[in-house]
Amino acid sequence: MGDILGLTVKLATISTLVLLVLGTPLAWWLANSRHWVKEVVATVVALPLVLPPTVLGFYLLVAMSPEGVLSHVLGCLGVAPLAFSFSGLVVGSVIYSLPFVVNPIRNAFEASGVRPMEVASTLRASPLDAFFTVALPLASPGLLTGAILGFAHTVGEFGVVLMIGGSIPGETKVLSIAILDYVETLQWGTAYRLSGVMLGFSFLVILAMTVLEKRLRRHMR
Amino acid sequence: MSRIEACFQGRVGGFDLDVAFTAPETGVTALFGPSGCGKTTILRCIAGLERLRYGHFSLSADAVWQDNGYFLPSHRRPVGYVFQEASLFPHVSVMGNLCFGMRRSKNRGIAFDDVVDLLGLVHLLDRASAGLSGGERQRVAIGRALLSQPRLLLMDEPLSALDRFSKDDILPYLERLHDALSIPVIYVSHDISEVERLADRLVLMQEGRVVAAGPIATLLSKPDLPFARRPDAAVVIDATVAEWDAIYGLTRLTAAGTDFLVPGCAGEVGSCRRLRIAAGDVSLCRVAPTQTSILNVLAGRVLARLPGDDHQVGVLLGLGRAGEGVHLIARISKKSWEVLALDVGTEVFAQVKGIALTDVGLE
Repeated sequence: MGDILGLTVKLATISTLVLLVLGTPLAWWLANSRHWVKEVVATVVALPLVLPPTVLGFYLLVAMSPEGVLSHVLGCLGVAPLAFSFSGLVVGSVIYSLPFVVNPIRNAFEASGVRPMEVASTLRASPLDAFFTVALPLASPGLLTGAILGFAHTVGEFGVVLMIGGSIPGETKVLSIAILDYVETLQWGTAYRLSGVMLGFSFLVILAMTVLEKRLRRHMR
Repeated sequence: MSRIEACFQGRVGGFDLDVAFTAPETGVTALFGPSGCGKTTILRCIAGLERLRYGHFSLSADAVWQDNGYFLPSHRRPVGYVFQEASLFPHVSVMGNLCFGMRRSKNRGIAFDDVVDLLGLVHLLDRASAGLSGGERQRVAIGRALLSQPRLLLMDEPLSALDRFSKDDILPYLERLHDALSIPVIYVSHDISEVERLADRLVLMQEGRVVAAGPIATLLSKPDLPFARRPDAAVVIDATVAEWDAIYGLTRLTAAGTDFLVPGCAGEVGSCRRLRIAAGDVSLCRVAPTQTSILNVLAGRVLARLPGDDHQVGVLLGLGRAGEGVHLIARISKKSWEVLALDVGTEVFAQVKGIALTDVGLE
């Protein structure tokens, strides 16, 4: 059970970090661009919200299979196929959790508006400087929400993992998959315990998020 | 002498903006006009926050910020910008706000302690910007702009978001600023009383065009501009302190050959003070009044009759025997105009009931 929890936390942590690094600039662009393409991109980002995870998982599986497009490209770079591997799970999780991270960050950027950035630029801060010293700190409640949602959502994901990861112990067998396995093999006790862990975890995440966000916002006002 | 040159053309919202004006390298130039006439847009263009179809801006011959294809980005223009709302950074303290621009500037001409002193910020330094009152926030914003070591200070109606009380609290600071600063200030306002107190020069705007520009004293009394026709018209006179009469407690100031007496000590002999005389405080006589309690009885000539409302007229006077001195506006009843048989060229004596001293002195 320990390795299942460890793997789950590892996957969620790495995915969250990747999501923050990729999602923050994307959210910034979505919040500030006036280009029409932005709506298309925003829609693509939002797709995992409505798509059945199996659909997304299916496409990812096709792309990641040894004959898939993605594997072909990666193969040229000397990277092994991603299907049924931990790296593949990270890629899948990032895509699947993207809207949960990008949307709160985008909202936070939009809420602070252009004025703080204008003020910063009249105070000699270059755009990059102002992004790190003004825009990011001001959006920190949104970043926190995004990180927690991304983490929690990755922990709880099931369909995509099942499609592209299978259930390889120590590699792709994360908590949500393990629960299914235990139920199918009639190990109800273990399933109870894991589900309990999941329930408690989810409760704590949402509670912590609410408290932290409130505190950050109070600090800002 | 080099001077600021600004010229901007382009479409803004619902109208075409087409302005060109110059301003001297010192003092306060007010951009004045009704809301929505494009004042703020000009300020944003100067700061590089907005770019119109055509723009030219130079601070001096060696500091061209914008011309034809050339556009210096906002963060490389040494301006201080005070926005209508203080727009302090909520994530740092007052100190952090003040130091934000200072850290990013190489110059140290404007010292931290001086600014903190001038704006009365000492007791605020460790406070969070969130807990400040409106007036305090705006003072911090002004300090923050000054400490970024600007060569030009832009102020966009810094008082308009404040209540009456906070305005009165902050105006003296602005007046002190006017005296202490050696950098030019462009001040946007739609409140003439602010402009009368703070500005040296005025650029009058309407619907994206410059209607008139010049020294404030000249424009306020110009018959073809709206200022002189207002019911609460007033003139401002920049006068020099000539003498202090300790026995009666009066200061004698002079401007263009005319003496003015004001109660109290108005400053060192030789220093400059701005006098404000409201049209309603001026009455006219055809002959020199010999027995009157009014201290300031000034000889002059009627230069023009200004349109007033139904029963009142404004009279533009030039002081001095031939009307060659400073201008004054008197608001009298239509009946008086006819009874005294006043006309352009008539010699009159103006009795001035009240003279207000604003805190602005000229360099």
